[in-house]
Amino acid sequence: MADLTTNFLGIKSPNPFWLASAPPTDKEYNVRRAFEAGWGGVVWKTLGSEGPPVVNVNGPRYGAIYGADRRLLGLNNIELITDRPLEVNLEEITRVKADYPDRAMIVSIMVPCEEQAWKDILPRVAATGADGIELNFGCPHGMSERGMGAAVGQVPEYIEMVTRWCKQYYDKPVIVKLTPNITDVRKPAAAAMRGGADAVSLINTINSITSVNLDTMSPEPSIDGKGSHGGYCGPAVKPIAMSMVSEIARNPETRGLPISGIGGITTWRDAAEFISLGAGNVQVCTAAMTYGFKIVQEMISGLSQWMDEKGYTSVEEVVGRAVPNVTDWQYLNLNYVAKAKINQDDCIKCGRCYAACEDTSHQAIAMSEDRTFSVIDAECVACNLCVDVCPVENCITMEAMQPGEVDPRTGKVVQKEYANWTTHPNNPGAVAAE
Amino acid sequence: MSSPMTPGIAAARLPAEILGENFGDLHAPFTPHEAAVAADRCYFCHDAPCVTACPTDIDIPLFIRQISTGTPEAAGKTIFDQNILGGMCARVCPTEDLCEQACVREMAEGKPVEIGRLQRHATDTLMAKQRHPYDRAPETGKKVAVVGAGPAGLACAHRLAMHGHDVTVYDAEAKAGGLNEFGIAAYKSTDDFAAREVDWLLGIGGITVQTGVRLGEGISLGGLTESYDAVFLGVGLGGVNALGSAGEDKDGVRNAVDFIKELRQASDLAALPVGRDVVVIGGGMTAVDAAVQSKLLGAQNVTIAYRRGREAMSASTYEQDLAASKGVRLMFNAQPVAIHGNGAVREIELEYTTDDGSGLKGTGETVRLPADQVFKAIGQTLTTDGGLALAGRKIAVTGAGRTSKAGVWAGGDCATGGDDLTVTAVAEGRDAAMDIHATLMGSN
Repeated sequence: MADLTTNFLGIKSPNPFWLASAPPTDKEYNVRRAFEAGWGGVVWKTLGSEGPPVVNVNGPRYGAIYGADRRLLGLNNIELITDRPLEVNLEEITRVKADYPDRAMIVSIMVPCEEQAWKDILPRVAATGADGIELNFGCPHGMSERGMGAAVGQVPEYIEMVTRWCKQYYDKPVIVKLTPNITDVRKPAAAAMRGGADAVSLINTINSITSVNLDTMSPEPSIDGKGSHGGYCGPAVKPIAMSMVSEIARNPETRGLPISGIGGITTWRDAAEFISLGAGNVQVCTAAMTYGFKIVQEMISGLSQWMDEKGYTSVEEVVGRAVPNVTDWQYLNLNYVAKAKINQDDCIKCGRCYAACEDTSHQAIAMSEDRTFSVIDAECVACNLCVDVCPVENCITMEAMQPGEVDPRTGKVVQKEYANWTTHPNNPGAVAAE
Repeated sequence: MSSPMTPGIAAARLPAEILGENFGDLHAPFTPHEAAVAADRCYFCHDAPCVTACPTDIDIPLFIRQISTGTPEAAGKTIFDQNILGGMCARVCPTEDLCEQACVREMAEGKPVEIGRLQRHATDTLMAKQRHPYDRAPETGKKVAVVGAGPAGLACAHRLAMHGHDVTVYDAEAKAGGLNEFGIAAYKSTDDFAAREVDWLLGIGGITVQTGVRLGEGISLGGLTESYDAVFLGVGLGGVNALGSAGEDKDGVRNAVDFIKELRQASDLAALPVGRDVVVIGGGMTAVDAAVQSKLLGAQNVTIAYRRGREAMSASTYEQDLAASKGVRLMFNAQPVAIHGNGAVREIELEYTTDDGSGLKGTGETVRLPADQVFKAIGQTLTTDGGLALAGRKIAVTGAGRTSKAGVWAGGDCATGGDDLTVTAVAEGRDAAMDIHATLMGSN
């Protein structure tokens, strides 16, 4: 079994699966249960300044969207940072870390954008023995209205400034958690790096309204007939998060900046994908909130089995392996030609591929009297929609054409050479191939 | 109080509460949660095979999607648009041979979407609403006579009434409903559903039902064609085939359909007598219904004896399994040759059969089964043809139920075409109505 021990910023954990700063990590009871279940680390739910803690609403905090069989695909929340006294949290963090020295203990912090506020809290957090801090510059709801959370994360200068304070007043690793509610995630990441951040973590949740109650005309979750945008997370946000992670990983300015990947990680496979795109470890929340802490067992066994099968002996070997393959559209090989292929033995004859292709794509699937569905190569542009809508995994596959073969759609011979848009004759700005 | 072991034909073999359980709903209705889970399994197939398999062409993927999006009433409407007796069909259709057999998930996993139960969920939901869901078109002034208030006649009458025609339905029985009311197992139509469905269907208005009127007794086809602009015959099959075995006239030998009818109309199941040793002759749904209900009434031993092999049995595998699970013995390749007893049946003598490809033959070897009750379920025959041309043993029809006589249509079990199923009868009645409508309005 592959060794999943992870060294992230010098912080060791028995596996790369940390619980993200969120309701599951709000108190000692939960965190102890998480560690007993096998989680490699936790990011303690965000602490605020000394003084009366924030208050939460006393009605629903979460909204959801579902797939078939009421599988939770997306969750949003309007919960704020911890609503328990700072002192209580600090005492609990100290106790838990002492009892679980092999697990990563990171403390999430969100205090006002004033140097003194950070100067006050950082020594107290340091005193807990925690392994590092995470700066919550991401929460899109509630706290952002008070100039914190995403309100900081949306202004690169603030990120840089606060990060610098933290590096000045705290001597362990500082992770900056980024909000996705911006136009270009590379900017805040670069700002964090300039401020001296040891790593960035992303994504925080996305501004969202999950549903509207059509009887009361109130967004959900509804508090006495009104709703507010909440932070969206869960499997539905994974593609957004992975794209952002990859952008930071491949951006020359931030290349090499350690990343803690967050966003809809539900299975070992999701985790492996984030890691391959440059995440040094991953943080999980919604999956645990949906299924309980036990899911980490599947994540551990799955990642380990996959690494064994691939011959990887450490998580580090996987980090960033897919990054070189993330490119801009203009560099994609336009000489690559594929065709859809339907495996008739696996086909259950539902006809969804046909409906999708016939109604919304390229009319490239034929349907016979006896419901045999076959691809018309002369029409197929290999768009992959049939693959995506087919209920049977791997029933329809995309098969690459070999150089020298004639593409029946274009009548052109498939070329072996790579050629992209930058040199394409249709491109007005094309440059001559070297 | 008697028991299953009481000899002869006896009532009250089982306590009332057991009888109540035995004759409860075969499939309990879905709860909304169950319906949601079941509906989520539908793939919304293109040109869905389940629809092709449905004699009434119900848009199954659409109605299931309507259930899954929280509008079971709209789902009900989708069903009733094609099949106004969708409620009964949801209960009695051999879905395992029709839509659910065609379901792609049957092919993929051996577990089809539970279309029948979803259909019941949708139709029950809409029927529970106060108002009949269809409005009549303005009255056309045309009058149509429908003979037979079974599935074919009712479907025909409803569709005609909806299009503004004035419909009179005649039925020989004291109640409307036909086989839905008299001919199917009680556990498939609980809580007087057949009668409630008829009442609901008549909510369209424009339909007058006259019961206790038999064609040939009081009304004649000739008279009807004079008095009405069109006539639809949905008279079913009134006769029962004879065994042709010695001793068939002995006490205790009766038609399965009569037993089923009596059972369906019984107000007290405990008062209904049944044999200790019951033998049902036949291989169709009627045989299964009679056998299973005999068992549920408390008969100690119930055997279905069928002259051919299992594969030839017209009762579906599901029905066979149902019978077996209730403790009915299925005996194949055995045909009756004699019924023994002194006045009342005591034994039935069956001869084993074989078929080497040249037709079914008795082997000469016989076996005797104890029997104090024998039910004949070897098929029914047309008894009312109104002088129309026949094909085989049914009224010959072409197109949408047109008979040899202009102005007379026929559908359901009495007419040629399709299987003898409720759902087929509904389709034929509906289609004949559309053809009658087109003819009367001069658009044909």
